[in-house]
This record gives sequence, C-alpha cells and structure tokens, in this order.
Amino acid sequence: MSKKWFSLNFGRNNETPSGSGSCGCGKTSGGCGSHATPDTVDSDGYQMTDEEFAEAAINASIGEETKKDGFDQVFDVKMDRRTAFKKLTASLLIGAGAVSTSCSVVSGDDSKEKAQIDWEEQFKGNYKLMSDDEKSATVDRLMRSYELRTGKNISMSSKNAEEDVLFGYAFNISKCQGYMDCVNACVEENNQDRDSEMQYIRIHEMKDGQGFNFNEADDNYYHEVPAEGHFYMGTQCFHCDNPPCVEVCPVQATWREDDGLVVVDYDWCVGCRYCMAACPYDGRRFNWSKPEVPEAEVNHKQHYLGNRMRKKGVMEKCTFCVQRSRAGKNPACVEACPTGARIFGNLLDPKSTIRWVLENKKVFRLKEDLGTEPKFWYFMD
Amino acid sequence: MSGFKVFTSLVKDSLATITRGSLRYHIWMGALTFLMLVGMYCYSIQLSEGLSVTGMTDRVSWGLYISNFTFLVGVAAAAVMLVMPTYVLHDVDFKQAVLIGEGLAVAALLMCLAFVVADMGGPSVLWHMIPGIGVFNFPNSMLTWDVLVLNGYLFLNLTIPLYILFRHYQGKEAKSSVYVPGAILSVFWAVGIHLVTAFLYQGLQARPFWNNALLGPRFLASAFAAGPALIILVLAIIRNFTEFKVQDKTLRKIAMVVTVAAQINLIMLISELFKEFYAPTHHSESAYYLFFGLHGKDALLPWIWTAIPLNVLATVLLTFHRLRNNFTILYICCFFLFIAIWIEKGFGLIVPGFIPGPYGKIVEYTPTGIEIGVTIGIWAMGAFVFTILAKTAIGIELGKLRYKKKA
Repeated sequence: MSKKWFSLNFGRNNETPSGSGSCGCGKTSGGCGSHATPDTVDSDGYQMTDEEFAEAAINASIGEETKKDGFDQVFDVKMDRRTAFKKLTASLLIGAGAVSTSCSVVSGDDSKEKAQIDWEEQFKGNYKLMSDDEKSATVDRLMRSYELRTGKNISMSSKNAEEDVLFGYAFNISKCQGYMDCVNACVEENNQDRDSEMQYIRIHEMKDGQGFNFNEADDNYYHEVPAEGHFYMGTQCFHCDNPPCVEVCPVQATWREDDGLVVVDYDWCVGCRYCMAACPYDGRRFNWSKPEVPEAEVNHKQHYLGNRMRKKGVMEKCTFCVQRSRAGKNPACVEACPTGARIFGNLLDPKSTIRWVLENKKVFRLKEDLGTEPKFWYFMD
Repeated sequence: MSGFKVFTSLVKDSLATITRGSLRYHIWMGALTFLMLVGMYCYSIQLSEGLSVTGMTDRVSWGLYISNFTFLVGVAAAAVMLVMPTYVLHDVDFKQAVLIGEGLAVAALLMCLAFVVADMGGPSVLWHMIPGIGVFNFPNSMLTWDVLVLNGYLFLNLTIPLYILFRHYQGKEAKSSVYVPGAILSVFWAVGIHLVTAFLYQGLQARPFWNNALLGPRFLASAFAAGPALIILVLAIIRNFTEFKVQDKTLRKIAMVVTVAAQINLIMLISELFKEFYAPTHHSESAYYLFFGLHGKDALLPWIWTAIPLNVLATVLLTFHRLRNNFTILYICCFFLFIAIWIEKGFGLIVPGFIPGPYGKIVEYTPTGIEIGVTIGIWAMGAFVFTILAKTAIGIELGKLRYKKKA
C-alpha cells in the first residue's frame, strides 16, 4: 500500500511501495520532494534560507501564504448545487407540510416545520455515507432549524475534501512561549462548551533540563508566561494517518477524510467513548452536559464536520478547523499564535511551508512506536 | 398451533407462580422493585442532565458502569462450566444446577446490556448500531464483535433452557439431538464472549495497563472462578428456601471448578505483578497507581488491598479438600472470591487504565450517588429477572407446573 502523504524514513519503514516507480507521496511523475537528497534541495532545486523560512512562517501564521481566496471558491461551487437542491427540498417540504397541515389544527407553521426538521434529522443517515445532495440537505435543515429556534442565520458548509490535499501540522517548540492565544482562539472559533471550559489544545509547561517529561509537566497553569526555566509544548488531535479511534468506533461515526482530517459526525455518534479510550494523545473531548455558548459569542461560519453546535452526549475534537482549512485558510490556532510556533499546510504541495519544515528541520512525533502515524510534527530552531 | 397454545399456557402458569409465594418472597421482590425504581429515577436524572451527573470526566471516561459490565460478562460466561459437563460430558451430577446456571447467564447478560446502555451518551440513537438499519463497523470495532457475541449468547441461553423446560412442562423428555448442538455451540460461545470483551481493552495501544497479552486468559480464569462461586451461593439459597433438591456432590463438583480456576487466576496475578514491579517501566505507572498510589493520589488502594487478600485467602482455603468440603467455609470462600474478583475485574481494571492519562496527568475518579443508584438498580433488575426465571424453572422441574394439570 503506497502512502499518499509525505513519510519520514528513519529506516524503520523499509517496505517500499510495490509500485516501484511511485513515490511515497503517491505521485508517479514529477517530484513530490519526499526523495529529497540530504542537502535539503527540494524538487525545484530551490533551497530556502533561514530568513526566507522565517518570513514564510510568519506569513503562514497570518494566513497570507495561500493565493486562492478560499471563501470565493466555496461560495461559487456551493451556490449552484445549493440552489438546485433548495428547490428540491422546498417541494418536499411543501408536500410534507400539506400532509401535516391536514392532520393538525393546533400547531403553527413554524412549529410544524421544526417538527418536520427534527424528525428528518433524527432519522437521517451517517454523513460519511451521504451523497453530496444528502449532505447539503442536512446542512440546509440545520441552518433552517437554527433560524427557527434563534431567529439568527448561520452559514454551514458541507464542503468535501479537495483533490491532492493532505493537511499536516508542525509545532516549533523553540518558539512557543505558552501564551495560550491558540487555546482561546480555538474555543471561540469552534464554539466549544463554555460551561465545562472544554479545550482541544493543551499547552504543557515543561522544566528545562528534564527533556520532554510530560509526567512532570503542568497543562493547567495560571501564571505569567514564559515562566523562568520552562519551555512549552502544545498537544491536540494529531490527525493520525492510522487513527486507532476510527478503528474502534462501532458505528463509523468518526473517520479519516481524504484530506487527512479525522472528523466526527456529531449526529451519528452514540456516545460510547470507546474512541476516547483508544486515543493515545488525549485528542478527544466528550460533551458530558449540553454544551452552552452565549448567543453573542457563537461563530456563525460553520462546517457540518467542524464547529457547528454540538449536543450533549457526543464526542468532538480538533478538526484542524475544517471550516477554515477547506476554505483555504489556516486553522484559528495557527492564525492566533503570536510567536509563529504553529505551521499548517498541504503536505502534498512541495512548495508549502510545512514541507519545507519537514525536509529541513529535525522533526519528530510523539509516541511513534504506537504506529499511529500522526500528521503533527514537532521541531526546534 | 398446538405449540403456541402450550406456550401461552406456560406463560400463564409461570405468571401465576411468580406472583405467588411466601411473605419472604414478596418482601424480596418488593425490595428489588423499589431498588429498580430508584435506579430508574437516577437514570432519568442522567438522561436529562447528561453524563455529567456521573463521576466520569474526559480524563477517566469509563467508570462504574463499564466496570460492572466487564465483570458481569464473566459471570455470564461461567454458565459454560455447568453446561459443558452436563450436556457434552453427560455428567448427571450437574443436571439440576445447569438450568440455574443458564438462568444466571441470562440475568447477567441483561445486566451487561443495561450497563452498556446506561453508559451511552446518546441512547436515543442506539439504532445506529443495529446492523442493516444503522452502520455496523464490523469487523474493525471490537465493540461490534461484543454486541454480536453477547446477543448471540443471550439467544443461546434463552432458547436451550426454554426448549428443555417447554418439553418438561408437557411431561416429555427433551430430545438431546435438538439441544446438544446448541449446548456445544454455547461452550465455545462462552469463551468467545469473555475473550472478545477482553480484546475490547487489550487491543488499545493507548492504554498500556490493558494492552497486555495476559488480559484475555486472565479474564477467563477469574470469570470461571467468580461465576461458579456465585452459582454455588445461589444454589445454597435455593436449597434452603425451596423444595428443589441440589445434591451435595453437585456443589462439591462446582467447588472444584471454582478452586482450579481461582488457582490459575492467582498464578496469572503473580505473573502480572512480577512483570509490572520487577523491572518497572513507564508502562507500569497504572499498576503503581492501583497498588501503591502515585503522587499522593491513592483512591483505589482500599479497594485493591481488600480484593487481593480476599482473593488469596479464599484460594488458599479452597485448595484444602477438608476445608472446601465444609459447606460453611465453602460459602464464605465463594463470597470472598466473588467480591474480590468484582473489585479486581471491575474497578481495579477499568479505572487504572485511564490513570495516569496519555500525558501522565493523574485525575482520580469517584462515582457519584446517581451513578451508584443506577448501578444498584441494574443489579436489582438482574436479581429480579433471575428470580422469575429460577422460580418458573424450579416449578417445572419439580413437576408442579404441568400443561393441562389443574392445580
């Protein structure tokens, strides 16, 4: 089985792809960079200097490195399909509404529509197995339902993974100062439960001279940072290429998307928490109560697989901000980081910053011995 | 059609039997009903508030429910220790006990399913797990295997005794050609349910405390000790309170099964302890937490240090023939063993799997009152179901319940 993504070869993965001529990244022609020679020259023969790298890293952190305007793309593509489908849904709704009107004399139109939506939502299928039409139908229902309940509009996307995209993440341990701006940005972006103070990202404060000693680290500090004699390391969902959480789910409510994101269908999850037990990286969070987000703080730009509102009793996790990343933007944590410690990009794009980091820095991953193949690398300057 | 008629009559007769009894019987059933209602009330709170009313958190995400589930799978599997000698090896001494054992298995399995449902965050969408209607992640998820084997075993343990009792109810002998294939299947199935349940934990590379090749075999050994121990206690009660005759040699034979299983279980415990403490690694931290506490956190110490001495004491006492053959000592030992293995295979297995967490964080777990209420309610439900099954079975076996026999 040839891997689609950039794989580091420490001599451990000796099984080369059987397709012989094909490269580790899955491309058969042209350079992907994964065969780069030790002198760090990439496929174009172009070598990035440290200054250029720093500049690129800063650009990455403020979200200017991508040329495409992701929002327009999403919007253009979606409009045709959505308008077409809206007509379809509308006619369905009229039909269903006609039936229920004739049967009911008490409830108003709104509550009937709400009941209709709730009914369809309760018995819809697994998002992973839906066709594109079904995906936009459920997204339309959810948007309408939100409007009926709160009087406010949200935009929800059901954008699929793009071709030739595989997301990866790198974390610069030398740069992180423990400010936790990433954590706050993440909570706001992803509409996480404020009551239980749910956080996808944990920043571990470690003592200098003890190495990466997680046991002695503090992931719940309340003091001025950077603290003397300490360094910081962030963890979150690593979007493993071989995710143990996905294997164990009894109902396939969590899966790996084609662009490498490990996502959850909140409406399909039965809340057994087996995935939570299977995750070696503490990457998953459970809604023990009904999640509460003050209406004024709700992020209205949502994705079905990302930051839409959750309900109680379901699992959720970091999605590399699928609502942003699939729109060509950086995740909120990357954008919020004031030090440029966080780097995000497409592993299949040889010109991406993340690829430069992987090819030029001494990167490592956590608990590699477990065979989970995280797409989250750590490095130091 | 006549079969259906007989069955309706059986249900009617059974209802008549289970609703009549001594005052003690009514008090017993009344108390169980009360506990079930308390459990339901606690569960209704959990349903409306969410699982936050339990002691579980993101750090320790399985607790009392899954602990009891794990233990009860073992109790259910233990019925095989009576089924195999009776139906496969044709040992007549087990004949009376086997229906009781199967009834116990049915009750234990219903409790297992109830505990799993109680642990679910979204019980209203459980249909997602039904093959055909939902999406069944088979064979990848061990949980789907568990759903299959548990329900299959429940089916076997319902149908085999039902067939035998149904025949006896009509005053006919059960045809061995009908039920023996099922019985043989249930022997393998029993091993399957407990091994699969062990694999549920054993297969998680994230939790070194569980990711251990001995987990499955040790599950079996402890189950074959705790399950038959419970059966001995139940038979002792039945012997004392009903006319149903259970011979001494039946109890002695089951005691022998308990003893051997407890001895094997103890050997495996020693092997596990040796591995964890002779050359402790990073992966031994959960065991350190369980047995000695870590960084001043020691919530499980009273539990495990109750379980280990009870386990050792009971096993040693049972090993001596003279002591084992004294029924008072036997019953005490069975009780000790049952409690010890309930702690060890429940709390002592599930909770330390999460402590310390993946990054070494130690957050302890204490069940809340609501969680305990639901748990007691489910145990009461199991006892209630078992009482009904046993009372009907005993009625038929004693010849009191017979088709078209006017009482």
